[in-house]
Amino acid sequence: MVDNGSPLLPSDDRSWRLEAYLARGGYEAARKAVTTMTAEAVVCEVRDAVLRGRGGAGFPAGVKWGFVPRGAAGPKYLCVNADEGEPGTFKDRLILCCAPHQLLEGMLIAAYGVGIGSAYIYVRGEYALIADRLRAAVDEARSAGYLGPRVFGSDFGLEVTVHPGAGAYICGEETALLESLEGRRGQPRVKPPFPATVGLFRSPTVINNVETLATVPQILARGADWFRDRGLSQDGGTRLFGVSGAVRYPGVFELPIGTSLRTIIEISAGGPPEGRSIKAVVPGGLSAPVLRPEELDVAMDFDSLAKAGSMLGSAGIIVVSDETPILDVLLVTARFYAHESCGKCTPCRIGTSWILKVVERLKRSGGGPDDLDLIVRLADGIRGKTLCPLGDGAALPIRALVSKFRGELEQAVAR
Amino acid sequence: MSYAPSPAALDRMDRTIARYPERPAALLPVLHIIQEEAGFVSGEAARWVAARLGLEAVRVREVLSFYTMFRTAPAGRHTLRVCRNLSCHLAGAEDLLSFIRQKLGIGPDETTPDGAFTLVTAECLGHCDHAPCLQIDGVDHGPVGREAAAALIEELQAHGR
Repeated sequence: MVDNGSPLLPSDDRSWRLEAYLARGGYEAARKAVTTMTAEAVVCEVRDAVLRGRGGAGFPAGVKWGFVPRGAAGPKYLCVNADEGEPGTFKDRLILCCAPHQLLEGMLIAAYGVGIGSAYIYVRGEYALIADRLRAAVDEARSAGYLGPRVFGSDFGLEVTVHPGAGAYICGEETALLESLEGRRGQPRVKPPFPATVGLFRSPTVINNVETLATVPQILARGADWFRDRGLSQDGGTRLFGVSGAVRYPGVFELPIGTSLRTIIEISAGGPPEGRSIKAVVPGGLSAPVLRPEELDVAMDFDSLAKAGSMLGSAGIIVVSDETPILDVLLVTARFYAHESCGKCTPCRIGTSWILKVVERLKRSGGGPDDLDLIVRLADGIRGKTLCPLGDGAALPIRALVSKFRGELEQAVAR
Repeated sequence: MSYAPSPAALDRMDRTIARYPERPAALLPVLHIIQEEAGFVSGEAARWVAARLGLEAVRVREVLSFYTMFRTAPAGRHTLRVCRNLSCHLAGAEDLLSFIRQKLGIGPDETTPDGAFTLVTAECLGHCDHAPCLQIDGVDHGPVGREAAAALIEELQAHGR
């Protein structure tokens, strides 16, 4: 990597424009869905494809769409979760920058399948320039008749609004996102009711991640069987694996679901830099419990990672080399969750800040094995006791760092 | 001092509000428009927004205090945002941060006396493959080491902006 400090969103790039997207067959899958298929058949096709949510939870998109009551009176909404904030994750940014129309086409298909006329794309505040590009893409699509009333000459129409967040990791949680979209603090709601029945503006709502929706057009174009064959029968398609940290070629790699973690790190990303070795790997965004070097032969799909005691999450892989102290990783992790806990549930609000205090004390003045036990106890006090997954997302990786690297940490703190 | 947006900003706000079936939903985007124009959201502006959207003033204040990107006090003409999450940390974000602190003589959440720069830290900015990432006025740069940071800052200083 050169230290060039160059801007990362070149303004002369035109590959994201409508013209370029149409040249590579864009909007044909949506045309096929809207003009030749029933709404039920569209949902069925996506359900059969086993497209699991790319935001992190892995819930099958087609099943989620099926939860929305058909034929009910009143509006329904589609919300796109573009609040990409899971540390180590940068694949939605790539889609938003390079292929915004692919997202819009996926949204069209989802909205047609569920019977939705109004959609909001919630873009994290830090992606303000990308949100501008997205608005330009929406305008292009609307001018060309791909959005707005009577798409493809049918009775189906879709209005899309780009909505900016303002800096809060928690808004990636779907009910916090809804709260934020309604103009409040982004604090999760009690479930049930689930958004499919009571969501945005108290109406039935589908919430999908950017990558999930951008994957939908290929399913409609090539069929559910083709899609499943690209990945696994219980977890279809390819995924955008982001690799960062101590590797030669950090970046986003589109690979079949089920590719081994070691292959992605060693082959796609070129392995650790010259003279370095791998100490630890975060396999799916910071909330995914860390793996040791001997655990890297795991298949990168939701079920295999869960069996390995971690999670696929957002598929953001962070490689930590032998030169980085685990205590530093623990500090960055603890600081992040203490900062981002929304404050609604006491175990998470108090627990994350206590953990940070203990880790900061260790970093400052040493301590002993008792402090490591205290961190584990505090993490266990959060786990399973919060409304939303942020609590577990903080407790599990912190617990894993302490238990899997106990020896190194004990040495580091015994000063 | 009372608050009044420019006619252009007011027009943007009204078009934004029209995108939502319920006016309060436009709160975040409207606050962004105010901050873009004024640099921050004053107490007067907050009360103005509340009236505009049919909200209690406290509803605007609780939103302003929750989201990290809103400011309730004036800031520098340029905002330097240093990502310090794990991928950037592994690539030297702490060194980048201490270099900028030293160069500008300010810490995070502080503004230089000439009103040119405000320094803030950020959690993951989603540029992990170009770590460490430095966002300047919304534009992401990376990877940014000491030399690149110095050049970017000096360019802004040279233009007296």
